Amino acid sequence: MTQIRVNGSLHHIDVEDDMPLLWVLRDELGITGVKYGCGIAQCGACTVLVDGIAMRSCQLAIGDLEGEITTIEGLGNSDALHPVQEAWIEEQVAQCGYCQSGQVIAAAALLTEIPDPSDKDIADYMSGNLCRCGTYPRIKAAVKRAAAKLKGV
Amino acid sequence: MASIGKIARRTFLIGSAAIAGGVAFGFYAANRDLQNPLLAGLKPGEAAITPFVKITADGITLITPRADKGQGAYSLQAMLIAEELDVDPQKVTLSPGEPAPAYFNGAVLAEASPFAAYDESWIAERVRGLMAVPAKLVGLQMTGGSSTVPDMFDRLREAGAVARETLKKAASDIHQVPVDGLSTRDGAVILPDGSSVPYTALADAASRIEPVQEVTLRSSDEWRLIGKPFRRTDSVAKSTGTQTYGIDLSFDGMLYATVKANPGLGARVLSFDASVAETMRGVKKIVAIENGVAVIADNTWRAFQAADALQIEWGTPDYPAHTQSMWEVLDACHSDDFIDSRKRNDGDVETVLAEGGLIEAEYRVPYLAHAPLEPMNAVARFSDERLDIWTGTQIPRFIQDHAAALSGLPADKVHVHNLPIGGSFGRRLEDTYVLQAVEIAMAVPETPIKLTWSREEDMAHDYPRPMALARARGKAGNGAIDAFDLDIISQSVAASWFGRLWFAPPGPDVTLVAGAWDQPFALPNYRVTGFRAIEMVPVSSWRSVGASGNAFFHECFMDELIAEAGVDPLEARLKLCSHDLSRNVLEAVGELSDWNGPTISKTRARGLAFTLSFGVPVAEVVEISVTDEGIRIDKVFVACEVGRIVDPVNFEAQVTGSVIWGLGHAMNCELTYENHVPVQTNYDAYEGMRLYQAPD
Repeated sequence: MTQIRVNGSLHHIDVEDDMPLLWVLRDELGITGVKYGCGIAQCGACTVLVDGIAMRSCQLAIGDLEGEITTIEGLGNSDALHPVQEAWIEEQVAQCGYCQSGQVIAAAALLTEIPDPSDKDIADYMSGNLCRCGTYPRIKAAVKRAAAKLKGV
Repeated sequence: MASIGKIARRTFLIGSAAIAGGVAFGFYAANRDLQNPLLAGLKPGEAAITPFVKITADGITLITPRADKGQGAYSLQAMLIAEELDVDPQKVTLSPGEPAPAYFNGAVLAEASPFAAYDESWIAERVRGLMAVPAKLVGLQMTGGSSTVPDMFDRLREAGAVARETLKKAASDIHQVPVDGLSTRDGAVILPDGSSVPYTALADAASRIEPVQEVTLRSSDEWRLIGKPFRRTDSVAKSTGTQTYGIDLSFDGMLYATVKANPGLGARVLSFDASVAETMRGVKKIVAIENGVAVIADNTWRAFQAADALQIEWGTPDYPAHTQSMWEVLDACHSDDFIDSRKRNDGDVETVLAEGGLIEAEYRVPYLAHAPLEPMNAVARFSDERLDIWTGTQIPRFIQDHAAALSGLPADKVHVHNLPIGGSFGRRLEDTYVLQAVEIAMAVPETPIKLTWSREEDMAHDYPRPMALARARGKAGNGAIDAFDLDIISQSVAASWFGRLWFAPPGPDVTLVAGAWDQPFALPNYRVTGFRAIEMVPVSSWRSVGASGNAFFHECFMDELIAEAGVDPLEARLKLCSHDLSRNVLEAVGELSDWNGPTISKTRARGLAFTLSFGVPVAEVVEISVTDEGIRIDKVFVACEVGRIVDPVNFEAQVTGSVIWGLGHAMNCELTYENHVPVQTNYDAYEGMRLYQAPD
């Protein structure tokens, strides 16, 4: 039996040590904001925060997990949006939306690390998150908008 | 950019019956032969005034039957209904409804008509208009072919207007006031004394009267939604992780499944050994399905693990094993025996080319996967009484028919529940994955099963955009292009794709030469020939279909000839262009980009291209620079003329997204085959575009 803390709640789970966190979240706990896209850490749709650090949950075996997990659902919700989510809505980033949980989480982690990112910082940090619809121009704009919000402008 | 105020061109082109605004239109009468599918599910006191508007005491539901794959179709359809119904699209429920003949797509076949988009002759318009008739007769409900807005622009506004007027009539009856004194606002009828009656309070009364049959659509200057920036109805859900896609569904008692099907498409399973897989933790059942083996487990990852442990001996498909031999097939099919169409044959190409002094070129484009980010998935629950299918699909009626045939149930016992889709680009015009889910569900009656493909299964089992070979010959000089002759050799998408869905259509396949034969240029000797290669890897529709390769062939060779002629790429195209709207976009992109020829400096340059595809002229200028790390795309300028723009915010997203789609695949993607199977199995080898590569 393993204990994990997700979005502030403690869960007891009984799974193999090598089951990736992604599938624990999705199929064992029903937390589906985190998405399966590739299973090999190439698309970033499964990105979650582990103690505030962005990680690919498809590559994180539950037996190796240390730390508290935040998924998109824990970042904010429609009644209490995180500034990154506000920026995402204001910039109308999402098309199909399937990658956007991972994009939003990655952006939140970026802005924690680099509060005022340059274009190159954004390109370096966000290029691991694939978007097949091609929302990149608006992702760039939304990251900048979120940075301004977080600075309290 | 192209002007927004122009005539709703595509609406016009597909031969729609009503003119925007000011025309009384017998909506109900015109559609009464198609049963309203909502009526069957109504409880007392609930009203389904048209197939698109359902009102109960609890709320208002708008039916948006075209699938949303990310292109914003739900929002656009809701805007069109709401424009006349006077409801806030953010405050109502949107549902795609169940598949039904009433939701036929009258526009999707228009692109298959044998006329170029700029041909506005009586016969071309008449034929396009007639294309809607078979679609209506068979209830062809399909999302695709850039048809949602052209098909729905009038129908949904009419549906909204019929509902509004019927609700006013109901209010008039109840409150004993003349209809003329009533207005509507934000989901309510406003009485002459200023008090408002919510539509929900009128549901019962509206359900008891005949829908109003004559309505007048509002003129464009009265519109509050159409043409104005709109916040998509799915923005919040998609930014907070709460949008439910098919892959996210869960039901009590549901089991999780995956499949390993023969990656040699169409070939069978010769034998398999599940002795290891069936002992693995969580595995419930191993099921043989058509051309593959399915694992049912209590968790998707456990199903994936067990599927990897299956030992399967595959049969061999009947197409060539390797990319090189596929190119040899295309080369062999470049002969007169394989001519499919010669829809462009102006002047006398042969005589001019016989004079010698030719420019010759060969171009190739590879097979390309759709690879939407949400892998294929479907939930199915089967019993002797009914079959329920939950999935995201562009073809719900075909799924209903195919699943009925597979399960042995009548079609009216097959319920298809459509869901928002995590990208498609044409992928969800196929239903193999859905029928696999049905097969698996039939092995465990009464139990809902969710089939999820691994990314590797998804890549191997895509029906890709076909590879194509183009050979061009031409002649130019002294400022003019004398001859342009383009041969395109490829498989038929129509035969392969529609052959799987229904039947391979007879006659030439327009998609083989779409984006090449139908371009609005007046060249003196101008010929485009399509050669239908034998079928190899089964292929399907991929964003923009034929134009995805053909526009590249056409414009590359056009540029070669323009360069030989010694003229400017923009000036030359403007001079040759025979179509006003196309000329407008060329001029617009010139202005937008401040075009001043292809060369900027030693390390920076520009290219210009044009295509007319699905009735839309598009011109782009791409600016690149040479860097130490290779060529960088710096900027892309686009002008296109789509006619009436319903939501400019979403419009811009679709245009920029399609630029990134096109360039990303040109830069980073191809499917190559070894032993009948694509070498590229995941995004590490098939990236599309990454953010750092995206132009401004």
